[in-house]
Amino acid sequence: MSTMSDPFSFNAGAVESSYVGNLGEAFRRYGEQNEDVLLISPDLGAGPVTGAFVQQFPERFIDAGIAECNAMSMAAGMATYGYKVFVLQMGAFGALKCAEQIRTDLAFSQVPVRILSAWSGLAMGFFGTTHHAVEDIAITRAIPGLTVLAPADDNAATAMLSASEQVPGPVFIRLTDANIHPVYDAPPEITVGRFGRLRDGVDGTIVGTGLGAQLAAGAAALLAQEGLSIRVLDAYSLKPLDEAAIVEAARATGAILTVEEHLVTGGLGSAVGEVLARNGLAVAFAIHGLPDETLTVGMPEQLYAHYGLTIEETAQRMRSLVSGKR
Amino acid sequence: MTQSKDMSSAETRGARDVLPRLRPVTADALQERARQLRLDILDVISHAPMGHYSSSLSCAEILVTLYHHVLRLRRGEPGWDDRDRFLLGKGHVAVALWPLFAELEFFPQTWLRTFGQLDSKLTDHPDMHRAPGVDFSSGSLGHNLSVGLGMALAARRRGKDHRIYVLLGDGEIHEGQVWEAAMAAAHYKVGNLVAIVDANGSCADGPTESVMGIEPLAERFSSFGWHSIEVDGHDSGPLMQAFEGAMRVTDQPVCVVARTLKGKGISFMEASPREWHLGALNGADLEQARREIREARQ
Repeated sequence: MSTMSDPFSFNAGAVESSYVGNLGEAFRRYGEQNEDVLLISPDLGAGPVTGAFVQQFPERFIDAGIAECNAMSMAAGMATYGYKVFVLQMGAFGALKCAEQIRTDLAFSQVPVRILSAWSGLAMGFFGTTHHAVEDIAITRAIPGLTVLAPADDNAATAMLSASEQVPGPVFIRLTDANIHPVYDAPPEITVGRFGRLRDGVDGTIVGTGLGAQLAAGAAALLAQEGLSIRVLDAYSLKPLDEAAIVEAARATGAILTVEEHLVTGGLGSAVGEVLARNGLAVAFAIHGLPDETLTVGMPEQLYAHYGLTIEETAQRMRSLVSGKR
Repeated sequence: MTQSKDMSSAETRGARDVLPRLRPVTADALQERARQLRLDILDVISHAPMGHYSSSLSCAEILVTLYHHVLRLRRGEPGWDDRDRFLLGKGHVAVALWPLFAELEFFPQTWLRTFGQLDSKLTDHPDMHRAPGVDFSSGSLGHNLSVGLGMALAARRRGKDHRIYVLLGDGEIHEGQVWEAAMAAAHYKVGNLVAIVDANGSCADGPTESVMGIEPLAERFSSFGWHSIEVDGHDSGPLMQAFEGAMRVTDQPVCVVARTLKGKGISFMEASPREWHLGALNGADLEQARREIREARQ
């Protein structure tokens, strides 16, 4: 028997989508409390992230049709009239196709547009390599004047809506679709430019972003059973980066592993590596992410296993790093 | 050029400093100001090592008609909330805006001498955070019609009667994003958005029609749901009528296709518009250019 599927539940049946409930409802509520909140999206508005908002405030949703670049530049124009404009984009197309619009019309122009970059990383799974969004951190963190946030889970994602108000310019919010090991049981306090410290430890540090923060927390819990004391930092603020937290963790624990659902080129690992080098910190260091190659396809959980983006593999990487340190 | 007043006096200005839409001016006066603007453009570029001559010269009458007749503005107050907005899609001709902005007392005349200098407020492509009067930055062709559409939608939503004007180059409309914006503007029936195409017929690589054909231009915009008006872009009278006609259209965006000549007013640039897209005028050439424009006085 065939079933109709919600066209927006891309990974249905593979990994429980983490933000269908809370973020969608939080965005609706945020819109209810702020009448200047507008949404622009290229034919994606009815989906789980913004569907509740669109249903309640249809007149505050501007559908751009399947024209991502026009959506981004229109948002810039609308923001000059004092609106809090959110652009919901698919991760694979928002940051890559619109990199120049983000650079020129949002960041250079410093208009307060918030990009909700959904279905990041490998969330689109078997749809095809075209649909993986695994270069977006590298692209966005290279843009001056852009703030880049990456919530670890659904609760963190809901906290980003009001946290983005700390920033007068544009904000890119990289949403994870993974719900493997949620780390927050309530929306956390978010300070742009800081990392969250999820766990204290002295033997080493795992810095994770998005799904990477979930894997870091899970791996540290596993390693604790073996007697290893691992600090866990949630790198929810990728730009600006919490340089002080990285330096302090390097000095205090002597080993740093980064984890991200992104290529190992140009992402969180590269950013942390730059901080270590800039500060002359020759600690044990490794980057755990996706290889710099054309990635294969499959359901997200299959891809996470294939590429080692699992709690077990993350723990193994940390084990090796700590033993190397010794 | 007029002398600038003390910028601090802006606070004490009254309603008399509001420049209303369609303010009385003769076509001849606009034509004369456009002739002077061509001299101003040569002067401003002379402070830099090079500049965009021919495409600035093609839109002199368009810009003068907008800033001296069409746009609702407030002298000395570039950020006045109720101004009409103007976006320079073909950002490379910002040098043609700067003398008009100084004249409107958006910044002192002395700034014009800093063009092309280190950290100047006046850039080759307009920067909204450097130069007062720039309603949005540009420099990457194809973006500003989308930005203008966003402004038009936002103004309508705020209940403001602002009108948004975007000047596009004819080569600029090769950019696909222009047509994304054109489609969306018609879809949303914005009656407060006017695109002007400076159809000077020349790109950097040669005649626009040989680089990438865009004709029939007016019909193309019409087929996207726009109201199109075609006009001689060097004749101030018809330009005034075109913009006045555009104001009567309230339920669809308007495209004014202004037929122009790249390098207009300087014979050797009109003959080789492509070579003078970006160049450096010096010595006898500069003198000849100035003489030709001076002698064109009616």
